[in-house]
Amino acid sequence: MSATVTATVYTSHVPAIGVAIDLDKTDEPYWQPLFAGYEPSRQWMADNTPDVIILVYNDHATAFGLDVIPTFAIGTGARFPIADEGWGPRPVPEVEGHPVLAAHIAQSVIQQDFDLTIVNEMAVDHGLTVPLSLLFGQPEAWPCPVIPFAVNVVQYPVPSGRRCLALGRAIRRALDAYDEPLRVQVWGTGGMSHQLQGPRAGLINREFDSQFLDRLIADPTGLSEMPHVDYVREAGSEGIELVMWLIARGTMADLAGGPAPTVRRRFYHVPASNTAVGHLVLT
Amino acid sequence: MGLDKPYLDIPGTTIFDAEQSRKGYWLNQFCMSLMKPENRERFLADEGAYLDEWDMTGDQKQGVLDRDLNRLISLGGNIYFLAKIGATDGLSFQQMAGSMTGMSEQDYRAMMVAGGRSPDGNRYLHEWEKET
Repeated sequence: MSATVTATVYTSHVPAIGVAIDLDKTDEPYWQPLFAGYEPSRQWMADNTPDVIILVYNDHATAFGLDVIPTFAIGTGARFPIADEGWGPRPVPEVEGHPVLAAHIAQSVIQQDFDLTIVNEMAVDHGLTVPLSLLFGQPEAWPCPVIPFAVNVVQYPVPSGRRCLALGRAIRRALDAYDEPLRVQVWGTGGMSHQLQGPRAGLINREFDSQFLDRLIADPTGLSEMPHVDYVREAGSEGIELVMWLIARGTMADLAGGPAPTVRRRFYHVPASNTAVGHLVLT
Repeated sequence: MGLDKPYLDIPGTTIFDAEQSRKGYWLNQFCMSLMKPENRERFLADEGAYLDEWDMTGDQKQGVLDRDLNRLISLGGNIYFLAKIGATDGLSFQQMAGSMTGMSEQDYRAMMVAGGRSPDGNRYLHEWEKET
């Protein structure tokens, strides 16, 4: 028996998407194509709800200011409240954690030489809640426990793609060693191309994003060698969030000698506010 | 040998590295304080007095009063922190990002709807210097 990765899911986590959901604007012409693009995934998710989600995201100066900046942080608490990022908290359910599995992953992954920061108390921001809203809509409670896995992509240097992919592989080994049969999804969030700052704000690079999706599916190891500066130059200063997708990708079977993944859903849309939205479901 | 900073030749872009973070520590921590509603109220009621509670430089305080995000970024601010000021003002992220480009809010929004700013001509500093 062990915990099994049944799917990996990738999605942008643009805050304006959360606002559109919370204010019932999803049918407006600006937003309709985006939400229509997620509809098949919502259906698929309803039929394939996992027992637990490990949700890789970045905190946007919410739980972590400049006083403490962990590179990799795993949420081991039982509950994670919804943060007030300055506009008031989003009207979404609190996030229920999975302390037993989270503690198991922390112990296993640290013993594989990844120095995770263990976090029992933290509020979660749009980086974590917008993906849940996109895939689950507006339920009274989220349909399964979620282990928040926060990655520093705010203060340079952020972890390398190579390190992120290797971390995903370490998480898979941790799940293999768990002695309860759990269906686990690992979600990688953030991106795609966008820049929120300076005179170059508004940068979008469709070609880069398309190639990134291709390579994430078919050549994650090669993709993981891409240096930071290429992400920033080609995909914008905030496009660097895409390194987090490699953590989720690293948990898949093909990187442990298994078969190549199946693409269940691929979607791309420009714009959501300042950002190119990309989405994949791989099984 | 110094640290390698290959990102310094990207135009119109400031990477928030340890040097910027050190310069902007109290500016950014001031921004974090605006995540509490009572602090947002106190700040809006008397911005100067609220800013004086923080160990920020005069330039940083003036940049906040002027809502000059480009200036604040050059003084060590990071956009995810500075966004708390915009949130306090009731602005969206798109309004904040657009305010740094020299474009009107309408023009910036139209550019995004049309597919965003192309990377062509926007990858290297020398591409921008040629234009001036």
